[in-house]
Amino acid sequence: MSALVNIPETAAPGEIVDIKVLLQHPMETGFRTGPDGKLVPRNIIHSLRCLYLSEEVFAAELFPAVTANPFFAFTLVAETTGEVEILWADDAGEEQRQSQTLTVG
Amino acid sequence: MKATRRQAIAMGLAMPLALRVRPAQATPETMQAAIDAFTGGAAVTEGGVELKIPALVENGNSVPLSVSAESPMTDEDHVEEIAIFNEVNPLPDTVRFHFTPRSGRATAQTRIRLNGTQHVTAIARKSDGTFHSAQVNVIVTAPACRES
Repeated sequence: MSALVNIPETAAPGEIVDIKVLLQHPMETGFRTGPDGKLVPRNIIHSLRCLYLSEEVFAAELFPAVTANPFFAFTLVAETTGEVEILWADDAGEEQRQSQTLTVG
Repeated sequence: MKATRRQAIAMGLAMPLALRVRPAQATPETMQAAIDAFTGGAAVTEGGVELKIPALVENGNSVPLSVSAESPMTDEDHVEEIAIFNEVNPLPDTVRFHFTPRSGRATAQTRIRLNGTQHVTAIARKSDGTFHSAQVNVIVTAPACRES
């Protein structure tokens, strides 16, 4: 699983910044039959969280209706210089994170 | 291990659930049930939420969705959650967004799968406990989930 995370490098204090996340994942719904005629087991990213200054600012709960290679765009308010972390977890138990420093001032 | 009578009865009751391979399709009724579970039966006011999905979608496997709710996003008055529900996919739940005052705006975008022409509903839950909704009708020419 790899991911493209777009977080601005700098922002003014109080500015609302856009965060974009594109995750690579098949998002197998669990409703699809494979070549052997059996249902392919469900494996989706079920949660995505965004932490800023170690506190959650945004989160999403995903269901099988979210596309393969899910894309998310959301916002946060720049306060002080600190780390923006994106964390996500799938049904296979794989948890990943990607972070970047947001410089405010 | 020897099953007790009680366990045997429990297994017998669970069997039909385990054997049901094809999931039931969500319907307007199941969508309403999912919405009621989300709101806890509270009244939902229409408006105050903007749900943007193209009215005509060619590929149901990837439908851009943008949702936003009007709110000052202060500690006292902010949107806590926006949930998206559909009528025709195998499950009525689509995606849910959780916001905090530090989100700045109650707005989010993603891409969803739609298995056919249907209504899609967005319900926003505000910090004061009120619920607000928006609904759009989407025409899907090539639904998702058809390759299997």
